[in-house]
Amino acid sequence: MALRSLATRKTLTLGLNSRRLIQSRALQTFSLPDLPYDYGALEPAISGEIMQLHHQKHHQTYITNYNKALEQLHEAIQKGDSSTVVKLQSAIKFNGGGHINHSIFWQNLSPIREGGGEPPKGSLGWVIDTNFGSLEALIQKINAEGAALQGSGWVWLGLDKELKKLVIETTANQDPLVTKGPHLVPLLGIDVWEHAYYLQYKNVRPDYLKNIWKVINWKYASEVYEKESA
Amino acid sequence: MAAATSMVTSSSFTFPSQGLRLPTRSHPCMKPQQRRFLRKYASNVITATYELKPPPYSLNALEPHMSRETLEYHWGKHHRTYVENLNKQVVGTDLEGLSLEDIITVTYNKGDILPAFNSAAQAWNHDFFWESMKPGGGGKPSGDLLDLIERDFGSFERFTEEFKSAAATQFGSGWAWLAYKANRLGVENAVNPWPSENDKKLVIVKSPNAVNPLVWDYFPLLTIDVWEHAFYLDFQNRRADYISMFMEKLVSWEAVNARLENAKAQAAEREMEEERMKNEEEWKPTDDDDDDDDDEGLEMYVDSDDDSEAE
Repeated sequence: MALRSLATRKTLTLGLNSRRLIQSRALQTFSLPDLPYDYGALEPAISGEIMQLHHQKHHQTYITNYNKALEQLHEAIQKGDSSTVVKLQSAIKFNGGGHINHSIFWQNLSPIREGGGEPPKGSLGWVIDTNFGSLEALIQKINAEGAALQGSGWVWLGLDKELKKLVIETTANQDPLVTKGPHLVPLLGIDVWEHAYYLQYKNVRPDYLKNIWKVINWKYASEVYEKESA
Repeated sequence: MAAATSMVTSSSFTFPSQGLRLPTRSHPCMKPQQRRFLRKYASNVITATYELKPPPYSLNALEPHMSRETLEYHWGKHHRTYVENLNKQVVGTDLEGLSLEDIITVTYNKGDILPAFNSAAQAWNHDFFWESMKPGGGGKPSGDLLDLIERDFGSFERFTEEFKSAAATQFGSGWAWLAYKANRLGVENAVNPWPSENDKKLVIVKSPNAVNPLVWDYFPLLTIDVWEHAFYLDFQNRRADYISMFMEKLVSWEAVNARLENAKAQAAEREMEEERMKNEEEWKPTDDDDDDDDDEGLEMYVDSDDDSEAE
């Protein structure tokens, strides 16, 4: 299945004001991207049941609510309704963040027979060894942060484009990595919301974190790293 | 342990370093004999241990609404871990020996939370949660509780809608609460200058992660856990269905009622204490009295020629 990130264009037509030409701005809405693998393809690291629920229910709900919030925001901007514009910010952050984060997450994972789990080569592999000592050390650090995170959130391996170094960061709820720093680019994100692992690992989040590395798609992370550090 | 201070009614505490000076507030929802810490003596070292108390029903008693499997993990693993971690984090620190509520208030630290907060608050929250439910629960409350609900929310149906909405819109992990506000103003630390019966409101609040209404000095009456681990095995992503089930089949209105009575009694006590202290303030010598003494002194010097007063 080819990965496609779909965006449909919906043009809102506005009546023309005789005094002033109002530009009609197209509102882009979003739809659920296909996974580049079957739901069961990441087993036994992540069960097919979890992948299906995670993708078809959780991610889809973020998209649905994001689209709804965007439409309401669009209308409020057109009307100059500042109260509504401001009121919608948290819904956009939650749901838009959820869409952003999960879209990255699906690309961060890959079945073993397609290279999932294979250590990074090239420049990313080298900079990991330089910054962290070894891949194992990096993984231990990421897992420690992910396990310690209270409540819901994400743990990230990111590139600080300004300082030109790799960072490990966590974000709460669905906050995207950029909320931790405007120059941060996500290379890898691991969802540590309970819905990401509960049916399989129950309360033992550390086991989920240990096993997910078997299906982490380092190829994607390397591509992003090379593009962003060019 | 309870050294009476004039700060007993405000929600601000000076952070204890040496020599704790904390009022021990016995929380309305927990009778003293239920306070779960033991003192163990071992070679002159006193340690306080918090215990994992089982729910007031067996783990399968809430079926088919909340499965035994959920209780086994939720109580047997999650809740147990919070209690174990709490003990580890408290031993050998200034927090040792404090009641759970005091640890919560201290480690909340006005929002700049300290490490033990998560464990302490979650240990408390889960106890409170199990006791908020019962087999064959649900239905409607009655008596004073129902009157207050109708007064503060319009109707029981509107209360239910609002509570369910709070539970559904708490983003990420957290809790939704019915709480008794008892004269507290909306802004933390604000002192209500004209407390009235109408201020003693029921409120619905939601909180993230481990936070609970104790930190705002409210009296919690009912809670629902909306961390995903609370419903994922039984409902997966269908949080709204879980919340409806909770309201219709599990809520123990008896428990909520008992807590409300305690809360009202506690609030009344607090009011009397505040009244008493205000009266004490009025009888204290003020600076004005000192000025009068000076004036008398001056007058004496002015009349120093006349010895009539010396006689």
